[in-house]
Amino acid sequence: MAESAYLGQLAIQSSEIQVRHSRTVRLTHWITAFSFFALLVSGIAILLAHPRLYWGETGAVGTPAIIDLPLPFVLTGQSGWGRSLHFLSAWVCVITGLVYVFSGFFMRHFQANLSFPRDRDSEVSNRYNVLQRVSYVLVIFGFFPLMISTGLAMSPAVTSVFPDLVTLLGGQQSARTVHFFAGSALLLFLIGHVAMVYRAGFRSRLLPMITGCAIAGDEGA
Amino acid sequence: MSKSFSRRKLLTAGLTTAAGASGLVVAARLGERYGLIPPDHQGIYGLGETLTYASQRLLTAHHSMAREFNPSEISKVIPVNGEAPESELYEKLQAQNFSEWRLRVDGLVARPSMFSLTQLKSFPPRSQITHQACEEGWSFIAEWTGVPLGYLLDVVGVLPQARYVVFFPFDTVWDSLDLDEALHPQTLLAYAMNGQELPAPHGAPLRLRVPRQLGYKSVKYLSRIAVTDSLKKVGNGLGSVSPDLGYSWYAGI
Repeated sequence: MAESAYLGQLAIQSSEIQVRHSRTVRLTHWITAFSFFALLVSGIAILLAHPRLYWGETGAVGTPAIIDLPLPFVLTGQSGWGRSLHFLSAWVCVITGLVYVFSGFFMRHFQANLSFPRDRDSEVSNRYNVLQRVSYVLVIFGFFPLMISTGLAMSPAVTSVFPDLVTLLGGQQSARTVHFFAGSALLLFLIGHVAMVYRAGFRSRLLPMITGCAIAGDEGA
Repeated sequence: MSKSFSRRKLLTAGLTTAAGASGLVVAARLGERYGLIPPDHQGIYGLGETLTYASQRLLTAHHSMAREFNPSEISKVIPVNGEAPESELYEKLQAQNFSEWRLRVDGLVARPSMFSLTQLKSFPPRSQITHQACEEGWSFIAEWTGVPLGYLLDVVGVLPQARYVVFFPFDTVWDSLDLDEALHPQTLLAYAMNGQELPAPHGAPLRLRVPRQLGYKSVKYLSRIAVTDSLKKVGNGLGSVSPDLGYSWYAGI
């Protein structure tokens, strides 16, 4: 039975094998993964132009930093392509994220996989443990929205329409600092996520996210 | 896979492609008509630039105002990027305290004109305390005083076909704004900073201030302003020196 799962797409037609991830979840997962990688690389390129973090509205060399990252100042124009790639992948990531969240509510993906039922023996609690569900919900409904809002809070055009976006955070430099830490938290999540997949077995976890099918008899985490 | 299934799939794919393609053509036409396509829209990054520019233009369409601050919030440290222009003419004008300096305003205007610093200062001034962020990441708050660009453009009379305003400094860092940003009440031609004459490193005798965009749009050391209907005819055709250096033309971010 396990052999049929190796055949990937062919296996999808076999009713004996359960569908672990829907097509929308798989597609949005991988587009998000690629755009997140691009956002990470380009974010570092932008950060390196001024690797100091401040609190409040303003900050510059000569004013106190809250964190002086032990990184070199790279002033050779790397933030140019950095910004272009950052905003292109941000558009891809945000649109994909909206598709994922709306379809997730519509197709009961969140209710089925990431909710917190009172009944401990219910089907839901068998799939992901509490720690996993808490981290997925935090990432999807906490850190990604925070990344988007702190990113927009750094835009003088956007804050001319929505000034609260930046003043509630304490200023433009505070928004930049929170953006950095929320991004770092997402990177930590990614490392943990990949480590868990590795521990559970790359083949048994990666194939379902590509083909949609779980290997028969392989349940849980 | 059955025959009817594959035929239906082919039909769906065909219709989706056709709808997508015609949707793109319509979007491009509308974008062009309503000025939602930036001059540096080419290439894969151009797609991101266009989405950002179009959405922010629609979002800020009603002259939304950049945040303004209290005098107590003015920064004590105000860094400087770039160096004074390496131009003999500029050095000569500077040595005479810019008494012989003139701002040339021409292009698609009814009355092409030259303005001295004294003339510019005789127009109704505007002062504003605004935040300026450098694309590198640092920022400061300062008070700027000058003539709203929109006022000067009214003086010279912008012709109906005008769409962009181009700024030429004494150095090579030229740039441009769309007419919407140029006519925004906070877009200033500043001759004073924090109550003093504009210091030389900050762009004396006259610089642009565009508080709804990153610092690099605020062209220093102005020499000439030209109104045009198309940026394709100016310089590299991309509206600014920035795309040559890898940076975007629109910097509302």
